[in-house]
Amino acid sequence: MGQIHLEKVRKAFGDVVIIPELDLQIEDGEFVVFVGPSGCGKSTLLRLIAGLEDVTGGKIVIDGADATTLPPAKRGLAMVFQSYALYPHMSVRKNIAFPLKMAGMDKAEIDRRVDYAAKTLNLDNYIDRRPGQLSGGQRQRVAIGRAIVREPKAFLFDEPLSNLDAALRVGMRLEISELHQRLKTTMIYVTHDQVEAMTMADKIVVLRAGNIEQVGSPLELYSQPRNTFVAGFIGSPRMNLLGGKEAAGYAAATMGIRPEHIRLSTTEGKWKGTVKVSEHLGSDTFLHVESPVHDEPLTVRADGEFPVHAGDVVYLTPQEDKIHRFDDKGLAIRGNGRVAG
Amino acid sequence: MATLHTKSAARAMMAPAVIVLLIWMIVPLAMTLYFSTLNYTLYNPISTPFIGFENYSYFLTDPTFLAALANTLILVLGVLAITVIGGILIALLLDQEFYGVNIVRLLVIAPFFVMPTVAALVWKNMMMNPVYGVIGQLLQAVGLAPIDWMTEVPLLSIVIIVAWQWLPFATLILLTALQSLSADQKEAAEMDGAGALSIFWYITLPHMSRAITVVILIQTIFLLSIYAEILVTTQGGPGSQSTNITYLVAQQATSYGDIGAASAGGIVAVVLANIVAIFLVRLIGKNLDA
Repeated sequence: MGQIHLEKVRKAFGDVVIIPELDLQIEDGEFVVFVGPSGCGKSTLLRLIAGLEDVTGGKIVIDGADATTLPPAKRGLAMVFQSYALYPHMSVRKNIAFPLKMAGMDKAEIDRRVDYAAKTLNLDNYIDRRPGQLSGGQRQRVAIGRAIVREPKAFLFDEPLSNLDAALRVGMRLEISELHQRLKTTMIYVTHDQVEAMTMADKIVVLRAGNIEQVGSPLELYSQPRNTFVAGFIGSPRMNLLGGKEAAGYAAATMGIRPEHIRLSTTEGKWKGTVKVSEHLGSDTFLHVESPVHDEPLTVRADGEFPVHAGDVVYLTPQEDKIHRFDDKGLAIRGNGRVAG
Repeated sequence: MATLHTKSAARAMMAPAVIVLLIWMIVPLAMTLYFSTLNYTLYNPISTPFIGFENYSYFLTDPTFLAALANTLILVLGVLAITVIGGILIALLLDQEFYGVNIVRLLVIAPFFVMPTVAALVWKNMMMNPVYGVIGQLLQAVGLAPIDWMTEVPLLSIVIIVAWQWLPFATLILLTALQSLSADQKEAAEMDGAGALSIFWYITLPHMSRAITVVILIQTIFLLSIYAEILVTTQGGPGSQSTNITYLVAQQATSYGDIGAASAGGIVAVVLANIVAIFLVRLIGKNLDA
């Protein structure tokens, strides 16, 4: 079990409203990612669910029971902090055993569960070390171990990978996804990194200034962003958003086209432009093309071996069926004469 | 930077300071050792015959010595207990957010800036005086008999005065330690189901252990040499009830004019202080590394 429903949840610190009224359903076993730029209230929302902050208004329902006023420990949730928040004076074993000890579990059962968690997370060799003697990735595993021994209704992750280096981050991302496959427990994961969100989530919740901009599966958000904010936030590199005459040609205030949906040619095409910077990644080349159709350079993805250099003239042609259209409020235009995929 | 050249240059530049410090320490120590073997009194400073260890046996067999040793230990342990426990409690209070917390923090630190003699005199005459002292008046107000602190419980009085002076120091060190405890850890413990007492016992107290060690070590050094507070209040009395080793040593010189015995006592005090220091470092010094 691990159903979490937020009903009209509101949070304000004094006069500063962090989260205006917000509704959200998280189903049992889902991997939900809260994503958004810094300061969008995603961490605050997680802390409200954890019970580390009190809601200003609204209800938090966990497994059908009102948990709005329950203290954190009584909610049956486990949290992994960005700083790991391990207890520095305790060994790995004692760290993992701490929640069980606080629950008054008997010693044999504690040992059994700690050993199991340590084996699952490959911590056997470090079990008697202190957190200070571990690497970042190992500390992260200890923090996860401390969360899983409690067999919680749901796991809460607060930007757990942001203190790790890039290579380790990719590895831990996989490990957390595997853990979710194995445990099938609800997980709520907060990150500002849309790549983490896209790769791990069953359901992504895009937040901006405390408001939910869109909820959906990674591919839904990618192919059908509800507004310009989501369109610009999801996907890497960012979607090109053009206004003015080009957009008007599609009967929209803004038109969007992803870098991977632009055909590139050195001879002919719809828009003419000059390559400003080309970033060769091996598999792909990202070109920043200056073109009169837009004041900012357009980003275009090309083949890894596409033979262009800075200063070359190229022609760009957007794929018509991949064009996103937005009205003057930034909302996506669909249906009638729909071109967006 | 650690080349041979820079190392020798560093040595040469440190040398003056090291040599001055060495002389500063060695000369008084050597002279004290030398005086401790002489029959050297202020009544006859011209003739100072060598008498070997007689001063030591005189000082160590003085019945007051054992009493002073016990008093020293009681004084040190008593003040340590009050300041460490009280310091932790006050630090926990001051760590909370409340209106005017900055002013309260400043006031709590204030006693540390009062000179020992002044503090002791204020306590003796304004607080503990049985007739017009604040404590006596308060006791009378609730119908109890006032206590003549300086004669009835002289050592306890000294402990209270010294603890009052050192409480701010302990509070300050422990408060800074408390403030460096990350909120994440407390929150993690809260999520793990720890109540306020468990968080204090398993998270806060271990976090403060290093600061507590520092407080104990530093205070012990100073508390072994308490002198001014005794001089201006009880003068070691009644009898020798509030005489500590430091006061006893000083008494040899100031009251009896016996420089030889005072020197011998000084050396004994140095040895005792070192024993205490070794004992302390063995006992709690491990908290300092890691």
